[in-house]
Amino acid sequence: MEQLYALAVGPLAWAAAAIFVFGSLYRLVRMYNLAKEKDGQALAYMSWKFGLRSLAHWFTPFGSLGWKENPLETIATFVFHIGLILLPLVVLGHVVLVEQFHGFSWWSPPEMVTDIVAMVVVVCCAFFALRRLMKPEVRFVTSGQDWLVLIIACLPFLTGVLAYHHVGPNLVMTTLHILSGELMLVAIPFTRLSHMLFGLFSRAYTGSEFGGVRHANDW
Amino acid sequence: MSTIADRLIDDAGIQRGLNRLEQSRIRSIIKGVLASETGARLKTYAETCMRCGLCAKACHYYMSHDGDPSYSPVGKVRQTMWEILKADGDVSKQQLQQFAQIAYTECNLCRRCMHYCPLGIDTAYIISVVRRICHKLGVTPQYIQDTAHSHAATLNQMWVKDDEWIDSLMWQEDEAREEFPTLRIPLEKEGADFMYSVIAPEPKFRTQLIYQAAAIFNAAGLDWTMPATPGWDNSNMAMFSGDAEVMSRVERAHYETAQRLRVKRIVMGECGHAFRAVCDVANRWLGWKVPPVPVVHSVEFFWDLLESGKIRMASKHPGTVTIHDPCNIIRGRGLMDKLRDVVHHICEDVVEMTPNREHNYCCCAGGGVINCGPPFKKVRVIGNKIKAEQLKATGVHTLIAPCHNCHGGLEDIIKHFELDMHIYFLGDIIYKHMERPADAGGGE
Ligand code: SF4
Ligand code: SF4
Repeated sequence: MEQLYALAVGPLAWAAAAIFVFGSLYRLVRMYNLAKEKDGQALAYMSWKFGLRSLAHWFTPFGSLGWKENPLETIATFVFHIGLILLPLVVLGHVVLVEQFHGFSWWSPPEMVTDIVAMVVVVCCAFFALRRLMKPEVRFVTSGQDWLVLIIACLPFLTGVLAYHHVGPNLVMTTLHILSGELMLVAIPFTRLSHMLFGLFSRAYTGSEFGGVRHANDW
Repeated sequence: MSTIADRLIDDAGIQRGLNRLEQSRIRSIIKGVLASETGARLKTYAETCMRCGLCAKACHYYMSHDGDPSYSPVGKVRQTMWEILKADGDVSKQQLQQFAQIAYTECNLCRRCMHYCPLGIDTAYIISVVRRICHKLGVTPQYIQDTAHSHAATLNQMWVKDDEWIDSLMWQEDEAREEFPTLRIPLEKEGADFMYSVIAPEPKFRTQLIYQAAAIFNAAGLDWTMPATPGWDNSNMAMFSGDAEVMSRVERAHYETAQRLRVKRIVMGECGHAFRAVCDVANRWLGWKVPPVPVVHSVEFFWDLLESGKIRMASKHPGTVTIHDPCNIIRGRGLMDKLRDVVHHICEDVVEMTPNREHNYCCCAGGGVINCGPPFKKVRVIGNKIKAEQLKATGVHTLIAPCHNCHGGLEDIIKHFELDMHIYFLGDIIYKHMERPADAGGGE
């Protein structure tokens, strides 16, 4: 297990980071080239101004019709995504790890706070899972990959909470935590989690069309 | 849970298409369309749609069927495009029939769902690609295919013959001269300020709209013309049947007619989808970023006439009215403020329906759905119960809808749900209540 732990914090971590960065770049560049080749008329209408304007509305909780009409989902979506992206960057355990290996560190909130946020992220995942099971309009369109990405996104937080509270053998849990985090990084460019990369562009494109061509709001 | 398979409707056109089709062709045609006509857009939508269902409540079909998920935007995409992609084009004839019915009759391409999807996924675009595939396979509803054939043969939607067109205009001019002795409907006047274009149902059975437009332009003293050649029809059902080739022929003829007449701009009547064709869809297929001749919708045009005082209202439409926002000129062109200005100019009192402006519910006739004809009438009437409720909640008996398709759809809804309402075009009211030229008769 110790060997696996060493592998996970060492080479695997580098590999995951590299796959995430280069995989994402690769996908973005490929998609851009495909757009240039096949969607020239869409690219022609892309606009920074209207694209960013649309993103600003959609990045504001309740800033769009869709958010307003789905209040519970809106809260869960915002809390979940903010937790998912910020938490790994500031949680003390990660900061300490970086300091240990690379000798520099940064601010980290009290552990009690990050602990609660991590739990909230897990609760959000449970909420999303419940929606998939209970709400007909979600169940009707749910397939295997939707469950897979939900589990991939949830695991690092679940194992993190368990490890922090010393549930189960500590080394095993910590190793699982690291591995699941790496799995998520690797999965981002190549699964539906890629909405993290492409979602910005699809929304900005819609914003550009509405703003520049249709002269109407898209929120 | 119900699916499209539980509500299949027999349509002669779809059936004939399926009978003619050989299984081996299906895959090669679908793959051909996907490879040559789609790219990053479809790929991104397919991959990043989180199947979250947030778009469900956007769609009037879903709302009108008490939350049946098979009518939600993503539900319809999952029953069509996702199936096509999953099977890599290798789909059965039964599936094709289902795809065609959803794509042509259960989505108005109204784009309301884009106000709900956080990722900005354009369901209307995806459904249009499904229609394109159905068209290429020859699996299209009989009625809409007939209008597309008419476009191909005559360049207008309703088989109006070249001489019938001119006759209709001269007839309307003749009629109108009893009321306005000096009125002309100028034909082929080169260098006029604008060319007025209409949709084929106007000469066919709504000729009074041409009469009214001529009366308004006459009262305002405008320099205008209509073409005496094909290219006068600005509607485009080929755009909705998926026949991009005929769609672009129709559009090209329209612009080239305006260019031949050397007019400064095209003013078009109160239609919504025609505007989508000339400003949003066909221009792209032709490779024009903006149309070569500016196109002005009559809402903007009336706004200009009223604001500048070229047309003055002698009286206002009495009582209270409510406004229907047609998707193609509101979500499609942002004319919601001008529409309201015009209505306030010409009507005494306005009660807004909710939701309104770019969040308005569709009439359920647009996107070619009403053109799929009688077999699917129930689908679009029952499928818009929510609109009936929305109209009823205003408590108003007069509805203004500046779009032909919306008129057709809303009339059916009003009848079916027994709403005591009457629908007007802006032109109806302006014509009736405007100040008339000194030489004019009494009107009415
Ligand atoms: S009818 Fe309108 S709201 Fe419904 S799926 Fe089609 S585009 Fe979206
Ligand atoms: S289209 Fe948008 S709102 Fe609808 S399920 Fe997909 S991601 Fe969600």
